[in-house]
Amino acid sequence: MSDVTRAEIAVVAVADLFRGDGEIVASPMGTVPSLGARLARATFEPDLLLSDGQAYLVDGDGTVEGWQPFRRMLDTIVPHGRRHVVMGANQIDRYGNQNISAIGEHRRPAKQLLGVRGAPGNTVNHRTSYWVPRHGRRVFVESVDVVAGVGYDNAAKAGAAAQRFHDVHRVVTNLGVFDFDGPDHVMRGVSLHPGVSEDEVAEATSFPVDCTGAGTSRAPTGEELHLIRDVLDPEGARDREVPS
Amino acid sequence: MADKRTTVDDAVAELRDGMTIGIGGWGSRRKPMAAVRAILRSPVKDLTVVSYGGPDVGLLCAAGKVRRVVFGFVTLDSVPFDPHFGRARENGDVEVTEYDEGMFGLALQAAAQRLPFLPTRAGLGSDVPRLSPELKTVCSPYADGEELLAVPAQPLDVAFVHLNRADARGNAQYLGPDPYFDDLFCLAAATRFVSAERVVPTAELTEAGPVQSLLLNRSAVDGVIEAPGGAHFTTAAPDYGRDEIFQKHYVDSARDPERWPSFVDRFLSGDEAAYRAEVDRFAAEVAA
Repeated sequence: MSDVTRAEIAVVAVADLFRGDGEIVASPMGTVPSLGARLARATFEPDLLLSDGQAYLVDGDGTVEGWQPFRRMLDTIVPHGRRHVVMGANQIDRYGNQNISAIGEHRRPAKQLLGVRGAPGNTVNHRTSYWVPRHGRRVFVESVDVVAGVGYDNAAKAGAAAQRFHDVHRVVTNLGVFDFDGPDHVMRGVSLHPGVSEDEVAEATSFPVDCTGAGTSRAPTGEELHLIRDVLDPEGARDREVPS
Repeated sequence: MADKRTTVDDAVAELRDGMTIGIGGWGSRRKPMAAVRAILRSPVKDLTVVSYGGPDVGLLCAAGKVRRVVFGFVTLDSVPFDPHFGRARENGDVEVTEYDEGMFGLALQAAAQRLPFLPTRAGLGSDVPRLSPELKTVCSPYADGEELLAVPAQPLDVAFVHLNRADARGNAQYLGPDPYFDDLFCLAAATRFVSAERVVPTAELTEAGPVQSLLLNRSAVDGVIEAPGGAHFTTAAPDYGRDEIFQKHYVDSARDPERWPSFVDRFLSGDEAAYRAEVDRFAAEVAA
C-alpha cells in the first residue's frame, strides 16, 4: 500500500477521532472531516448520527432518519452534549484555543473571517476536535487573536461551569495528530503521518510541540481504502483539500 | 378579520433612523431580500441589524445603512465570506456585537418570553464576554452554584422574515427543511412583517404542507407582503434553490469596488419588479 496518499492517511486519522463515540451526533466541517466521519460510521462506529449539512440526519445510503434544524441543534443537541464536532481553525494555540472570527484587533480587524459561530458553545458543551489541512505557523500561533473555541487555559480561568463538559480532544492536520495531554494541557504529538519528521512539525508550528512520544499515523486497511476510493469519494475531493 | 396585506415599500416606510431591526433566515437561506432591497432604496440609516448573517448584512453595510451588526456569523454558505461585510469591518465602518450562535438565539428567545436574560454555558471562557463587556454572569441559586453567562434579551423594533406561503391575515408557513429562527424574530419585535412567495386563502396552507409547517400565527404578524422571488438570490426551497450563478456575480462585483456601482445601477436602482426583470435578463444572458 505504498501508494496511499497523505489525504487518505488524514481521512483515517479523522475517522479514528470518532472511535468509541457510539450513538452521538458527529458534526464534521470540511471535506476530509466529512469523509472521516462517514468512514467511521461505515466501519467501526456504525451508530454515529450524521447530518446532510441541511436539516436532516441521514443514513449511509442517504435515507433520512431524523430532523435536526439549526434551532434544535443550538437549543438541545449542543447543550445536551451527545455530539462530537470537528471544526476548522484559522488559528490555534498550544492550549487549544481556536479562532474563526477575525485576524488582528477585533474592533477593526485586518481580516474579517466567519465570526465565532458556534465555537464558544461547542467547546464548553461537548467533545471538540479540529482539522487543519495546511499545518503552518500562521495557523499554529503563539496566541490567537480572538478566542472563539475555548482552550484549556481559558476554560480553567472561566471556572467550573466552563470546565464541566469542556473536552478539546485532538487536532488532525496534514502533518499529524495532536492532543492536549502535555503538561498544563499543552499540545503534543500523538502520531506523525508517514514521511513527516519532528523537525517538519517544529518548523510549521509557532510554539514548541513535544513529539518525542509520537508514533506513526496508521495506514488505511484494505477495506478502508476501498471505501474511501470507490464508495465515499470516487471524485477525489480529498486530494483538493490535501494535495499529495 | 383584518387584511394585513401591504407592500414592501410601505412596510419599509415605517422604519426610522437608529432602529434595531431583525432579519430572519440563516446565512444565504430564506432571507427577506425583497425587504432588504426596499431598505436599500429608502433614506433610513444608522440601523442596528440583528441577523444570522448573509448577503442581507453585506448589502446593508455597503449602502451605509448600518451602525451596528449583532451577529454570530456572516456567510454566503457556498461562498464563505461576504465581501461587503469584510470591507465594512476592515475599514472600521460598523460596530459589532458578536455572539455565539446559541447565545444569539437565547437573546431573541428572552425578548420573546419577556425575560431580562436567559442563562447559558455558551460564551464562557471565550472572547465573547471580553468583546462585549456589558455581558454579565449569573449564579445558580440552587445547590450546584454554577456561574453561567446571562444573555440579555435582544428586543427588536421591526422584524422582517420571508416564508413560502402566508394568508392575508398573517398566518405563515415554511415548506422547506428548516424554520430557522423566524418565529423568534417576530416574537421579539414590536412590529413584524412577513413576506411570502405566495399569499393564499387560509385553507390552502394545510393543503400545501403539514400543520407543523405553520410557523407563524397571525398574532405575531402586522403586515403581509406578497413577494414572489422575495428571497432571491438566497434559497427559498422548495419554491427555488439558491441562485448560485447570481450569488457568484454578486460576490465578484462586491469584491471589486470598481465593479460594484454597475451592479447597483443594474439591479438595485429600481423597484422590486425592476429587480426581477433584470435578474431574468441576466439569467438569459448567462444561458445564451
